[in-house]
Amino acid sequence: MEEISLKAQELFSIGNFGVTNGLFLTLIVSLLLITFSLIFKSKIRLVPGKVQGVVEMGVEGLLGLMESTLGNKEKAEKYFPLVATIFIFILCSNLLGIFPGVGSLMLEHGGHETPLFRSPAADLNFTLAFAVISVIMTNIIGMASVGTFKHIGKYINFKGPIDFFIGILELISELAKIISLSFRLFGNVFAGEVLLTIISFLAPYFIPLPFLFLEIFVGMIQAFIFAMITLVSISLHTATHEH
Amino acid sequence: MDAESIKALAVAGTIVMGAIFPAVSIGWIGSSALKAIGRNPEAASKVQTMAILAIAFAEAIAIYALVIALIIKFVA
Repeated sequence: MEEISLKAQELFSIGNFGVTNGLFLTLIVSLLLITFSLIFKSKIRLVPGKVQGVVEMGVEGLLGLMESTLGNKEKAEKYFPLVATIFIFILCSNLLGIFPGVGSLMLEHGGHETPLFRSPAADLNFTLAFAVISVIMTNIIGMASVGTFKHIGKYINFKGPIDFFIGILELISELAKIISLSFRLFGNVFAGEVLLTIISFLAPYFIPLPFLFLEIFVGMIQAFIFAMITLVSISLHTATHEH
Repeated sequence: MDAESIKALAVAGTIVMGAIFPAVSIGWIGSSALKAIGRNPEAASKVQTMAILAIAFAEAIAIYALVIALIIKFVA
């Protein structure tokens, strides 16, 4: 049976830097998304064709969701790139992670075989990077929106002993958000990979079908959840208390 | 009791305890979401978004327990 490894396995190394199979598939996903966007951008017409119609539906749906959470339309358009990139990138990498060939195509490497592709979010580095980017960006957005000192004043304020402790708790809660975001995505995708490996080992014909459906569903939900948590965090940090 | 059987028991115990409480809490969240939608069908989409978010948070705890169980079984 194949070994199940917590870390992404190294395929080859460029100097001192080891390129892992997770990194390889991440590069492929990025190239796919960038190529699609560049080709799509050059073909935008006033009367939309089918592909443009689907993309417009998706963008309008996400903008509507952001508007109902954030409150007004210009805020939604301002923070749309961050949330939409997180959603689309994680969605595509989760969906391509269950593509046929991922996890099964092997590479001869120094005596033993390693899988050539591996689901990108099954590597803790990928999810940790997204979580750190999300938390740092929401804090920068908060600082840009209500002012730097007022934002830092939420975490460190000396107005009284209770307020001071609440500020420290807020700071710890931001750090806990990094850990929980990264582990939620990593745990879901890694557990899905382990499940698919074991089920395909035990009963390779027809039985993996419901598990593949579950994986598709879980991949979409986890991308949505990550983007929504970022969105809710932005809305909390840019909230101007009017009453 | 040798190390192998204690390890197997630890894996089973982790995932059992780590799955019961999130299961109960997800059922609770779902039930209160249903009651809220039943009372006020106009707010259905807001309640639904909030409920999905809360269910994902609760499920994350079960995922932490699963990751620990996988680490104990396959890595340590």
